[in-house]
This record gives sequence, C-alpha cells and structure tokens, in this order.
Amino acid sequence: MSLLSIQNLSLSIYGLDILRDVTLSIAAGEIVAITGESGSGKSLTALAAMQLLPKGTQTKGRIMLGETDLTQQDEKTLCGIRGNDIGMVFQEPMTALNPVQTIGAQVAETIRIHDRSISRAAAEIRAAETLTRVGLPQDRFPLGRYPHELSGGQRQRVVIAMAIALRPRLLIADEPTTALDVTTQAQILDLLKHLARADGMGLMMITHDLAVVADMADRITVMREGEVVEEGETGHLLRHMNHSYTKMLFAASGHQVSLPEVAAQPPLLEVTNVSRDYRLPRTTLFSPAGHFRAVDDVSFTIHRGERLGLVGESGCGKSTLTRAVLGLEQVQSGTITLDGAPVFSGNAPNLAVRRKMQVVFQDPFGSFNPRHRVDRLVTEPFHLLPDPPAGADRTRAIDEALTAVGLTPADARKYIHEFSGGQRQRIAIARALIIRPELILFDEAVSALDVSVRAQILDLLAELCGTYDLTYLFISHDLSVVRTVTDRVLVMQSGKIVEEGPTGDTFDNPQHPYTRSLIDAAPVLPEMHAAE
Amino acid sequence: MVRYTFKRLLSLLLSLAVASLVIFAVIEVAPGDPASFMLGMNAQPETLAALRTELGLDTSKVARYLAWVGGMLTGDFGTSYTYRTPVIGMVADRLWVSLPLALYALALSTAVAFPAGIFAASRRGQAGDIGVMGATQLGVAIPNFWFAMMLVLIFAINLRWFAAGGFVGWDKGFWAGMHALTLPAIALALPQAAILARVMRSSLLDVLGEDFMRTARAKGLTERQALWRHGLRNALIPVLTIIGLQFSFLLAGSIIIEQVFYLPGLGRLVFQSISARDLIVVESVVMLLVFSVIVVNFLVDLAYAAVDPRLRSRS
Repeated sequence: MSLLSIQNLSLSIYGLDILRDVTLSIAAGEIVAITGESGSGKSLTALAAMQLLPKGTQTKGRIMLGETDLTQQDEKTLCGIRGNDIGMVFQEPMTALNPVQTIGAQVAETIRIHDRSISRAAAEIRAAETLTRVGLPQDRFPLGRYPHELSGGQRQRVVIAMAIALRPRLLIADEPTTALDVTTQAQILDLLKHLARADGMGLMMITHDLAVVADMADRITVMREGEVVEEGETGHLLRHMNHSYTKMLFAASGHQVSLPEVAAQPPLLEVTNVSRDYRLPRTTLFSPAGHFRAVDDVSFTIHRGERLGLVGESGCGKSTLTRAVLGLEQVQSGTITLDGAPVFSGNAPNLAVRRKMQVVFQDPFGSFNPRHRVDRLVTEPFHLLPDPPAGADRTRAIDEALTAVGLTPADARKYIHEFSGGQRQRIAIARALIIRPELILFDEAVSALDVSVRAQILDLLAELCGTYDLTYLFISHDLSVVRTVTDRVLVMQSGKIVEEGPTGDTFDNPQHPYTRSLIDAAPVLPEMHAAE
Repeated sequence: MVRYTFKRLLSLLLSLAVASLVIFAVIEVAPGDPASFMLGMNAQPETLAALRTELGLDTSKVARYLAWVGGMLTGDFGTSYTYRTPVIGMVADRLWVSLPLALYALALSTAVAFPAGIFAASRRGQAGDIGVMGATQLGVAIPNFWFAMMLVLIFAINLRWFAAGGFVGWDKGFWAGMHALTLPAIALALPQAAILARVMRSSLLDVLGEDFMRTARAKGLTERQALWRHGLRNALIPVLTIIGLQFSFLLAGSIIIEQVFYLPGLGRLVFQSISARDLIVVESVVMLLVFSVIVVNFLVDLAYAAVDPRLRSRS
C-alpha cells in the first residue's frame, strides 16, 4: 500500500497543458527521485501533491495520500494536511524564511498552527528539539536567531526543521541542495536520507542532478515535458534504461569534451602575490575599521592557449579574483598582467588590456538588457575599441560572431526574450568573441543550464578555443564540468590557492585535505551501462 | 539596538547643526542687508539703524550665529519685527493647531489606507482591488482645496454638523477642538490616504510573491494567516518611509487647507511672515520645521529597526 499515489494526473494552467497522465507512487520510508530538465513539470508535480497550485490551474486525475484524494478536499482540510501530513522543503534557503521572525518562532508556528491546544512554551520546546535533530543544537543556534544570522546550509536546516516538526508521513524536497556548496549539499542530503529512514517518511526528491539521484533514491521517475517517460528501481533503471531520453540525460550529465591539444606556450596572464581587502564596518565609532582579506597572496599563471579551472566553494574569493583579473577593482597588493601589461593602471582599468579579455557570466536571463536587440547586445564590447567597426564591417562582425556560436545572422534583429537559456548563453559567448579577445573568463557560465544544453555549450567552448586560439579561465563549483573542460586546475579556499596541478591528476589524487573533501562530497554518476 | 539608537541620535544632532548653519548662511548670504530687506526701499535711515542694532548686524557673523543658536537652545527665538511679540509664543500658539491637525490627518489617512491597501492586495485583480485602486486614483487627482470646499458646503453649510472654519481653541475642551479640526483633517488626509493605500498594496503584493510566503503556506497556514503573520510586517518598511514624509508635509504644507478653513496654523504664519518680510519669524519657523522633519526621520529609523531585525544587527 503506497503512501502517496498520483494517478493519471493531468494539469493545465489557463488552458496550457503542463502535465499529462502523470502516474507515480511513493511508499512509506521510500525515497523517490523525480528528475528531468527544466520545463519537465517536476516542480508542478510536487506543488500538485501539496495542492499549492497557481491560479487558473485545472487538474484531472487523483492524488491519493493514503485513503484521501487530495484533489477533492476543501481548502480548510488541505491546510490541516499541509505541514502536518506533508512537509515541503524548497530550493532557495536564502529566501524561504521570513527575515523578520526568529527561527524558533517559525518552527514553533508549524506546531501551533495545527494544534492550538499546545502552549507557546511547549511549542518552543518542541521547536528546540526539532532544530537539534536537524543539526542546529541550542547552545550554538538558540531559538532567538534570525535567518540572516545563518548560512545557506543552516537556513536549509531550519526549513527542514519546519517541514518535519510534526513528523509528516511525506516529505517533498524541491531541489533542496541546488543553491548550496558541494560539502553542504552532502550534509543536507545525508540529513534528508537519515530523517526519511528514521521516521519511515516517504521522501519525494525533485532534482535535476542525476548524480544526486543515483546516490540516494530508491526509485527514479524521469519526466520530460509533463510526462513520465521512465520509472523504476534505481539500480535496475541505471542498468537497463529503456527510453532514449533517459539515456540522453545520463550521457549528457557525464559528457566529456575533446579539447584540442596545445603545445607549450609563453605565459599570457600573470597574477603575482595578489591580495584584495574589503573594509568591514567599524565595530565602534572610533575604532579603526577592520578588513576582510578576500584574496590572500594569490599567484598563478595562465599560458597562451591553456584552459585553466578555478574551483572552490562560495565565499572562497573566486568572484573577487575574477573582478581583479578583469581590472574592475584595484587590488591592495600584487600585480596582474596580461601579455606583460598591467590590467589596472593609475586608478583605472587599462583599456588596452581590457580589449583582450572578455567574460561570460552565469545568469543567461539577467545579464542582457531586455530592451536591446541582439546586434546591439553583442556589439557592447566595441566601446573598448579606439575605432569600433561601423556599417558593413559591424554587420560582418555580428554575423561572424553569431555564426561561430551556432546561431544565424538573422537572429541579430531579435530581442533576448525570444531565445532559450542555452541560446542566450551562446549570445553571451558571441558577445565575448566579437572583439577577438585572447582570454575569456567563464564565471559559472554553464551552471544554470540543463544538462543536455550544458553538454552542447561545453562542446562549443572546446571547438572555439581551437578555432580562435583562445585561452580560458573557467570558474565553477561544478567539479565534473571543470574536469572535462580544463587542462589545469586551481583549488581555492578562504582566499588562498591551496592546490594546483593538471586537472586529471589533481582530481584523481588530491594532495590537500580541502581538495579531497570537495571531491569526496561531490556526488558521482555511477558507471554507465546502458549508454552504449 | 542601543548602539543603533545612539548612532541615529548622533546623526540627528549632526543634521541639526548642519541645517542651522545652512539656514543662517542663506539668510546672511542673500544679497543686501537683512535689515534693509525687511524694511523695504523707502525706509528711514534711523529706523534702519535701529533695526540693525536690534538684529545685531553690527557684531560679527560668528557671534550672531552663536547668539541665534544659543537663543534657540534656551527657548529664545527672538522678537517678531512685525508683531513685536516673542517668536516662541507665536510659534507655540500655531503649533497647538498644526501639530494636532497633522497627527489627526495622519491617523485618519493611516486608518483608511492600511485596510484599503491590505484589502486590495489580498484581492489582486478582482473587483474589490479594481474598486479600491480606482478610488485612490480619484483621491490623488482631486485637488484638496476643492475637496475642502465641498466638505464645507455639505457638512457645514447644508448639514450644519461642523463649523465652516476657524478654531475654537483647546480651552473649550479636547473634543470641541477635535470637532473643529475634523473637516480640515479629512481634507488633508484624502490624498495622503490614497497614496499610502497604493504603497501599502504594492508593497504587500511584492511580499506576497516572496518565497517565504510559499513556505508559510506549505506549513499549513491559510492565505489570510500567511498574509497577516508573515506578509504585513515585511511590507511595512516602504509604508513607514511614506508615513514619515507625509507627516513632515502635513505639519508645514497644509497652508491651503488652513486658508480654506481659516485656521491659525503654522503654514499661515510662514505665509504671513514671508509677506511681511519678517525674517526673524521666517528663520525660526524654518528651523523648527527642519527640526521636526529630522526628528520624524529619526523616529522612522527607529521604527525600521523595530520592524526589521537585519537593521538592528548591521550597526
């Protein structure tokens, strides 16, 4: 007898079909992963189980929680079920908590909202127990803490505490670790697994990360465009996947690119003993302001044609280092030179050097002005040139750049909203290519993309560096991506580079304990059996 | 929280000092001599000399500034040139009308705007929302002097529930005073309430789209419970900013309404003393208004911190 059983669920929002005939079930104590790319309907399946659907939603089919059909209940009954019988954990721990209430009040609220007879004090005692259970002991994380005083991982623990405070029968986790660092991710996944086993809770785990799925799920449901394409027990499914989409997903997740060989070349970018301090606010009015050293005495060299990776967890100084390399900020000590010329000179970025560097950022949705057409967007770097091409030359440059990234010249007159995430990232690469830079920085450039799109973009990057003689600095938290697309890797922790070496060797045989902990924490795809 | 308060207080004192310097400098730097400005073109030389002595124009600027500031600190704002009475008394009399009127209007506008904004936000896109938003459009668009005259026509002249103007004074009792201020307060509150309701609605709608509202619903709160427990307090910050701005405006900017209702308020005092070129009164009233704006901002800052714990710990 399954705990949750979704039977032939179809769902449309204002007439637009989102889910078609979705059927899946979760037994008590079982971990079921729902996976698929964006737009596959996995999050809406979760929200349907919570009956927290957007306005204008029409559903057909049944969602049975035990003997109750959730689609037939009135709002009052559903409010009694949410939080009590079904708990939910969300993707973004930074915004999932109310910033103006203490964590104790927010956990206690789950308890008191379902049983008014429990006194405030009793609810707080239970809240404290629950917080301790999720790894936030009272001596270090008292109830009176506010969310902004906690890190992302700690906040996610609070969200989990809120969801499990009443020991629900079913816990739904929607991409619970996507926004977290690998080591934190490993801890949160362990916690979820442990809670599900200890309480005999059914766990519905929504994630796009197949390595996570393979690691912890008992059963896997693969969705595409609102339909379940394949479903089965994890070990079995990994060995005998039938559907071409499942095979494609797993193949794309472990996608390896072939980088063109480069001969030994002279250095291009030289970073020597660079430190970058940020001023902290004064603690008292007259005390000297403190400093936070975000980048601490960092030195490295990128040779011409090389693809260098930079990995580390959030807050390790990766982004600060990127900004310094781009000459966007002045550093407190040390020098950064490109081809021998400093990137920052006389309190201003050195434009002659900036021309030779471009950057591609993570967010393909936020990094374009929505009111400009593509031709204007990709020609933005022209302002770095003393005599930017005009007229026919400009058109030719745009056409060439768009063609190089796999788009067509006709796309130049379109607006950015007409493109998908992967296409936008291609436009971002075209924008970087258009002034023929020598070095391109990729700041988490493929992190927001679906695996199949990510594989295509990685192939594109491998191809471009051969065609255009490019040098890459590839910054990412995703070790599997860095592994395939770089020759050499730097590992950064708390502003320092703790390990450096050829990518393959470093990942296979890490020397520094921090590198080892990163690699151990990263979930790994199992060996592929059905891919061939 | 103590440190935050202390810091805000320090910045309040600094702002006051800077404001006093600026006001003094503007009046000093203005071309011509204040005394001849006050007396006009046809002044007798001896009157001019007498006024110059009275204003202390024969002493140094520093000494005059210190005397002015020192006087204000001890409650001596000087003597009005036109009325020959101490400025402090004139201002105090007017303040007893303007301050209660401003507070009354603010209370009315808040009492209307909060429920209206919350009502509209919780029924986004429905008839209730459209109705409330339409009404606030009207409230912003209607000139308040016209609205004031309509109020007088209906409630004073036709229905005779209120007096058409004037102020009875507080010695007739609190309720009599409030009664006399009711029509002006309504006239003042109308546009403020309309603006505040719109801010409340949009701020609340922003908050309703936040992730933590969805978390609250996932815990089992009803939509209404989530709005009251988690939405409202988060929506208050922009609303508090507007309330602070509105109070400062109501205190000094109600001159038109004071004219319509023939109220002896601060706005009319400023207007009269500017027309009479009574710089002593102008200088003091301006300083007083600056003082009230800065104090209100200070209170708004404290209110921010009370609402949002992130502000408390940042300082």
